[in-house]
Amino acid sequence: MNEAAPMTLPAAPIDSRGILARLRESRLLLGMVFLFPAAVILLVFLTYPLGLGIWLGFTDTQIGRPGIFIGLENYEDLWTDSVFWLAVFNTILYTVVASVVKFALGLWLALILNERLPFKAFFRAIVLLPWVVPTVLSAIAFWWIYDAQFSIVSWSLIRLGIIDRPINFLGDPTLARASVIAANIWRGIPFVAITLLAGLQTISPSLYEAATLDGANGWQRFRHVTLPMLTPIIAVVMTFSVLFTFTDFQLIYVLTRGGPVNATHLMATLSFQRAIPGGHLGEGAAIAVAMIPFLLAAILFSYFGMQRRRWQQGGRD
Amino acid sequence: MANAASTSLRADEGGMGYLTSLPRRLVVVYLPLAVFVFVLLFPFYWMTITAIKPNDELTDYKHFSPLWVVKPTLQHVRYLLFETSYPSWLWNTMYIAVAATVISIVVSVLAAYAIERLRFSGSRYVGLAIFLAYLVPPSILFIPLALMVFKLGLYDSKWALILTYPTFLVPFCTWLLMGYFRSIPYELEECALIDGASRWQILARIILPLSVPGLISAGIFAFTLSWNEFIYALTFIQSSENKTVPVGVLTELVRSDIYEWGALMAGALFGSLPVVILYSFFVDYYVSSMTGAVKE
Repeated sequence: MNEAAPMTLPAAPIDSRGILARLRESRLLLGMVFLFPAAVILLVFLTYPLGLGIWLGFTDTQIGRPGIFIGLENYEDLWTDSVFWLAVFNTILYTVVASVVKFALGLWLALILNERLPFKAFFRAIVLLPWVVPTVLSAIAFWWIYDAQFSIVSWSLIRLGIIDRPINFLGDPTLARASVIAANIWRGIPFVAITLLAGLQTISPSLYEAATLDGANGWQRFRHVTLPMLTPIIAVVMTFSVLFTFTDFQLIYVLTRGGPVNATHLMATLSFQRAIPGGHLGEGAAIAVAMIPFLLAAILFSYFGMQRRRWQQGGRD
Repeated sequence: MANAASTSLRADEGGMGYLTSLPRRLVVVYLPLAVFVFVLLFPFYWMTITAIKPNDELTDYKHFSPLWVVKPTLQHVRYLLFETSYPSWLWNTMYIAVAATVISIVVSVLAAYAIERLRFSGSRYVGLAIFLAYLVPPSILFIPLALMVFKLGLYDSKWALILTYPTFLVPFCTWLLMGYFRSIPYELEECALIDGASRWQILARIILPLSVPGLISAGIFAFTLSWNEFIYALTFIQSSENKTVPVGVLTELVRSDIYEWGALMAGALFGSLPVVILYSFFVDYYVSSMTGAVKE
């Protein structure tokens, strides 16, 4: 798209070269001026801390005490730290299960909302609510829903005669994991559904008509028209979803703080716990840095997902 | 369009969506939709009903149905407003969110215009860098940022948050506004250039008025993101009166073993209301900014 830049001048051929050259010069200068505030903010509060975080991972810095370089000691400690590995396992489990379910349910909801519906705009609006409200505040509602004694879910199931005593949602390791994943899914479905719906709406109806005329049934239309057309946006949406889920902190912090017996600790919550209440900034930073390879993998995945869109749309390769 | 993933294989073979029968649509569309809506909205109902329940009904499931309230009360709201720092948390959150949003929008407009329209050499790489910056999660940055905030003497002040929130707002808004600027025809700008307008004048008189919807989208989204932010606010703020709503509700209303569920739910409800109200007025802008950020 670069070549679409100011093509204003062919109309005035006399001194076009001079103006063009001057324009280009001033554009670079002007570009620098316009970018300056953003560059300052991002370099000072994003790039520098990112580097500082990696550096901190190699030091034994504590709160109120500047640290010294200790090489890979933090990472060596983490390597033999069973809690850290548990957190890695939890994070992967949490991310994989929540992402897969969010994708499946989100796609389903998107397909439903893409049907002809009365009050479609209304439904689309209320469905997005869980994503709009502050996570911490909805997590507090889930905390109450998961209460060991007064859970509304337990009460309903008891009334229906399915169980005979309240479920200890957040007290049992397996149940706690399932509970936090469920809460994460609840919050994530709207994002997946609404963005995929936007993708669905760009698919031309004529493709479905053509497929129908060729005798494709509902499943075949979904499999061979909807899904391929949606793949690029699915790749992007799921990358964002995976990134958000993998680095999730708030939900766990509210619901379990990593308990019971570290069963729901994610890397982000463990990093926080070691660094801020624990005071070991270096160790916390090392845990945070350990998340980076996973995030890079997710970003690369997204990059190649986006790559596909060009040939899919018949554009340049 | 009859392309629901769950549709059975052969039933609607011959037709498009509008030809499928009502009972079928009932099972395939309306029933799942009802379940989705119920599950997605129930926590809000539960939040609301808990917030107005008197304490004796709250934990007495034998004599009262938990799903309904017999004697609604405002005692939890009163407690929240007059016996806690809740009003000042609301004020802080509002102040910080507005300040961070305004700063981010101004900075992003300039950056997006430079990248998208000035097209200096290397602008594409700057655009890519901005996108990558958007992908850096706060959970990686909060420890070094805490250290910086402390050294800069900003710890426990609103400015700690106002200055750090743009780290995720600026990349997002820039990316979004780049998309909007791209949709404005070059010809308008060229005419102005020929008429002798400066870049500043073009930005102020032509681009900005035309991208008002984009600015609204970016502003609303940025406001919501700031309002909802948690980990920085939790780490950088200590004193009760400087806290934001999400942090305040969680750390100040939960005391010892007795959970004030009524007050907690009222706090969560009122903390959600500003963004929900904003959202309800600008649903379309909100959706377009969310989907716009994902689409390239």
